[in-house]
Amino acid sequence: MEEFSFMTILAVFEEIFGRGLFWAMVVVAALITVTYLFVLIRDRSMSMRKFLLAQLSMPFGGAAAVWFVMIMTNSSFADIGGPIDWIVLLGVFAAGAVGFAILVYVIQSLMRGKQAEA
Amino acid sequence: MTRLDQLTASRRGFLGMAAAGGAAMTVGAGRAEATRTNARILIMGAGAGGAAMANRLSERLDGAQITVLDGRAEHWYQPGFTLVAAGLRKANYAVSSTEQWLPRNITYINEYAAELDPDANRVTTTGGQRIEYDYLIVATGLVLDWDAIEGFDLSMVGPENGISAHYASPELAETSWHAMDKFTSEGGVGLFGRPATEMKCAGAPVKLCFLAEDIATTKGNRAKCEFIYNAQAQNLFGVPVIHHRVRQIMDERDITYRYQHVLKGIDLGAKTATYTTPEGDVTDRWDFINVIPPQRAPQVIRESGLAWADRWTDQGWIEVDAQTLRHARFPNVFGIGDINGVPKGKTAASVKFHVPVIEDHLVAEIAGREGTARYDGYTSCPLITRIGRAMLVEFDYHDNLTPSFPGLIAPLEELWISWLMKEVALKATYNAMLRGRA
Repeated sequence: MEEFSFMTILAVFEEIFGRGLFWAMVVVAALITVTYLFVLIRDRSMSMRKFLLAQLSMPFGGAAAVWFVMIMTNSSFADIGGPIDWIVLLGVFAAGAVGFAILVYVIQSLMRGKQAEA
Repeated sequence: MTRLDQLTASRRGFLGMAAAGGAAMTVGAGRAEATRTNARILIMGAGAGGAAMANRLSERLDGAQITVLDGRAEHWYQPGFTLVAAGLRKANYAVSSTEQWLPRNITYINEYAAELDPDANRVTTTGGQRIEYDYLIVATGLVLDWDAIEGFDLSMVGPENGISAHYASPELAETSWHAMDKFTSEGGVGLFGRPATEMKCAGAPVKLCFLAEDIATTKGNRAKCEFIYNAQAQNLFGVPVIHHRVRQIMDERDITYRYQHVLKGIDLGAKTATYTTPEGDVTDRWDFINVIPPQRAPQVIRESGLAWADRWTDQGWIEVDAQTLRHARFPNVFGIGDINGVPKGKTAASVKFHVPVIEDHLVAEIAGREGTARYDGYTSCPLITRIGRAMLVEFDYHDNLTPSFPGLIAPLEELWISWLMKEVALKATYNAMLRGRA
């Protein structure tokens, strides 16, 4: 009961989003990841062109994630108070950036299909 | 509880979700096998402590007859009242149904206790039912003694009178927000303070003052507003190191503070408040006042013989051992939460730490063993200093700070992450605790 276990974290996230929404988001994230692995295996290589666009999209994904957190929590940049706050903020940005980059890569791969690189 | 235990993950379980990294995760501890028993366990009260105990015990015990007694059909998430009173949430944020948190395999009686006889191990309900028990868990919470404030009535709360009473209920917390909203728009004198009795969440009166000052500043009306915080004692917070930090912030933000000023009564017509001080009564005019009354044990507890005979005699908290939370004179009685006569710990975070201690001692006794868990006064308060920032103060019986994330989250620093915990993670963790899952 007092342990900070994986089950506790799951329980808390279920409470934050509601059980249905939380697991729906987990499924969506898992699907995107699986699709990413699928296109990598299908294409047998990373497409550098798709990867470039994915990288270029990263700042937008990061910024969107930070914006979302700020709006949802009644916060502003003026509230950043110490090093841990910057680390959390960068963490949110990084998570949004990486997640969005994977999504962009996957969407390109699915839309364009397997293409010969120029 | 050993120092090592304190440093491990337990507090993180309550507060740490926002900072939870994958590295901190360990795959869940295995569930202990349920202990067989036919013991009759009565839980008085279905608030944070009562609901969490009902869920834990129904999981740990097989065959126990667990009865939960609570006359209020609504469950109130009280840590949310501050957010409601600052206009950040609506009243319904803090309201759910009592029944939804209780396990299926127990008996829930939607009545209050009218009489408690610990010598006979019996409780009589307001509906006349007699319930006999082998073990009693007192989780009634406390009562707010509004009548003790002369000239005050809860019907006065609202913007037209400039009166806030955010402890009273979710609805009145929302009405209190309208009063604060008006004050921070129009300006004037705002009076804040706390009662001289023990109270739930001693940080909340300070938070409300800080929030009002922040809201007035954001609106551009700070120059029109005066803020006066009235402390009941010779400090602004019972833990000295936190007192000094709060005083420093009040100095920085030009909030006036006065010691040993206890609200005695108000005069609605004259818009004045009278405070008892060592030098005699002091009367001040207000445009906004936040009233927090003296707090006591419910009548039925005060008359039961469970209360301390020589401490808190005007308040009636029950005489439990500060470490085991077991009653000093009735070993089959335990206390959880606000009702306990212990030096600290009237917060939901304290309840989180009470639960495993009582669970351990009760289940061990039923199994014929001796419990070993100890409660060391852990109390936590995300002390909001402005919208978007808080200090995650955590402390114990010894007035020591007990940070959950030493070196990572500074307890006396105004941080965004501490605000995120209050805003996002706290209610979720509270709910998980109620279900016996955190």
